[in-house]
Amino acid sequence: MSDNIDTKKRRTLLGATVAVGTVAGVGAVYPLLASMQPSARALAAGASVEIDISNLQIGQQVTVEWRGKPVWIVRRSKKSLEDLATLNDSLVDPNSDVPQQPEYAKNANRSIKDEFLVIVGICTHLGCVPTYRPDIAPADLGADWKGGFFCPCHGSTFDLAGRVYKGVPAPTNLVVPPYKYLSEAKLLIGEGEIT
Amino acid sequence: MMSKILNWIDLRYPLTSTWEQHLSKYYAPKNFNFWYYFGSLALLVLVIQIVTGIFLAMHFKPDAATAFASTEYIMRDVPWGWLVRYMHSTGASMFFIAIYLHMFRGLIYGSFKKPRELLWVIGMLIYVALMAEAFMGYLLPWGQMSYWGGQVIISLFGAIPAIGEPLALWIRGDFVIADATLNRFFAFHVIAIPLILVILVFVHIIALHKVGSNNPDGVNIKEHKDKNGVPLDGIPFHPYYTLKDIVGIGVFMMIFFAIVFFAPEMGGYFIEHANFIPANPMATPEHIAPLWYFTPFYAILRAVPDKFMGVVAMGAAIMILFALPWIDRGKVLSIRYRSVAYKVLIAIFVISFFVLGYLGMQPATATMTLIAQIASIAYFGFFIALFFISKNEKTGEVPKRVT
Repeated sequence: MSDNIDTKKRRTLLGATVAVGTVAGVGAVYPLLASMQPSARALAAGASVEIDISNLQIGQQVTVEWRGKPVWIVRRSKKSLEDLATLNDSLVDPNSDVPQQPEYAKNANRSIKDEFLVIVGICTHLGCVPTYRPDIAPADLGADWKGGFFCPCHGSTFDLAGRVYKGVPAPTNLVVPPYKYLSEAKLLIGEGEIT
Repeated sequence: MMSKILNWIDLRYPLTSTWEQHLSKYYAPKNFNFWYYFGSLALLVLVIQIVTGIFLAMHFKPDAATAFASTEYIMRDVPWGWLVRYMHSTGASMFFIAIYLHMFRGLIYGSFKKPRELLWVIGMLIYVALMAEAFMGYLLPWGQMSYWGGQVIISLFGAIPAIGEPLALWIRGDFVIADATLNRFFAFHVIAIPLILVILVFVHIIALHKVGSNNPDGVNIKEHKDKNGVPLDGIPFHPYYTLKDIVGIGVFMMIFFAIVFFAPEMGGYFIEHANFIPANPMATPEHIAPLWYFTPFYAILRAVPDKFMGVVAMGAAIMILFALPWIDRGKVLSIRYRSVAYKVLIAIFVISFFVLGYLGMQPATATMTLIAQIASIAYFGFFIALFFISKNEKTGEVPKRVT
């Protein structure tokens, strides 16, 4: 056995050991970190919901449940859509500047297709479920009411695009969930155009 | 007999030498004042938190369905459970009081300056770990404020471009704060972070004993030693400072238990009122505010109109403290011998911190936001002004020996 130390060989072996050790380390850490991802059960509970909207009549509202929250789909009339534009002055955030909706629903009607409003039915004030009030100028909501949503808990009012009126406790517009059209008649709630 | 046993141990474990190095022959400056209580008090609270935490964990259920009920079970049905729980919740706030005063001591006496820069950085790591520990602990009782406070803070990660949303999802382990989040926060709160905290505190003390304690005069006592190499202005930590600290502990304990017995919620500052309502993912509380020790940073977050920039500003407000040893370029350590300009800056900093702390608890109205913006500028302005003022500061005469 020679007393000469081959430092070059040592360095190479050291480098190789560090490299293999690093790979093993990453391999060991990955499953631990990945175990913190949503479980299969959480994913299943949070999966997107498909709904057929071909039978929805003008003015009609349906509710589907997505991630434990009520999601409304409302088919709005031509008249209602025209009324929306006239309400801007009495709304807190008429242009939907607060990010309460995906980018593709940041428009005048807060929807992908003008007719169909898709919205989470939870008041942005304290989480009550507002009531759908499509009737024009009812006695309790006043002569200027063009249809919308009324929260019975603290009296917050929203128009038919889920935009909040001024002077009510709710601070922001109703939330538009991510959604997309699978076909003319089929909606997928929970997955948007850009995920 | 005793010395024989000690001798037997010393041949196998450095017991006597460790005792001497860190206690009986660790020479600390003889002029420590009131401000020097808070290091040992923080250590005391850490022990209180670990001990009470162990006993709480025996009865608490880290499960979204039963967590709130098990907390109330501890309060009502477990013998002395209320005492253990209130000691733990009061301890959390008292920990931050001790740490903030300890940090302020370091700030005004220049205890972060050469050669104690690393000591300060290690201390800052303890502070950040403590914030994580407190935040995760507050989620556990699963009250309304636990839930919504957690919701707000975790959604901050979502503001980071590109990786934000997947990151928030990974932290929560679900699409909203849910059982998975509670369960993992429990794991972090009782194992991971306490372990990190204890290790960091150990490293902090080792670093302190390497460079030696600073003092209110900012004088290096190692420059004047007697013929045995003992600093002339130094006294052994034990028994002198152990006994001094016992006095501090006595007073602190009276205050601590006065709070535990008579005002454990501290009017909503130590435990917020909304946290006595079980978490309800469907109903947001009227007003969400973090606990008092986070509110200065929360106010900075809200002062910035842009969400992402707000998160950046809040992060920067904490991170900038890490850089303090390199921001303050003054050669004089103690505030006693520094310029009037420096003292004014410190006053501005303290005022802005308290103003921000108050605003972080209030609802964000337009006026409040404007004040928060001014206070945020003052907060950051302190560091910028300090950087420039400290370069060629006109300081007083520093004495050779401690006064």
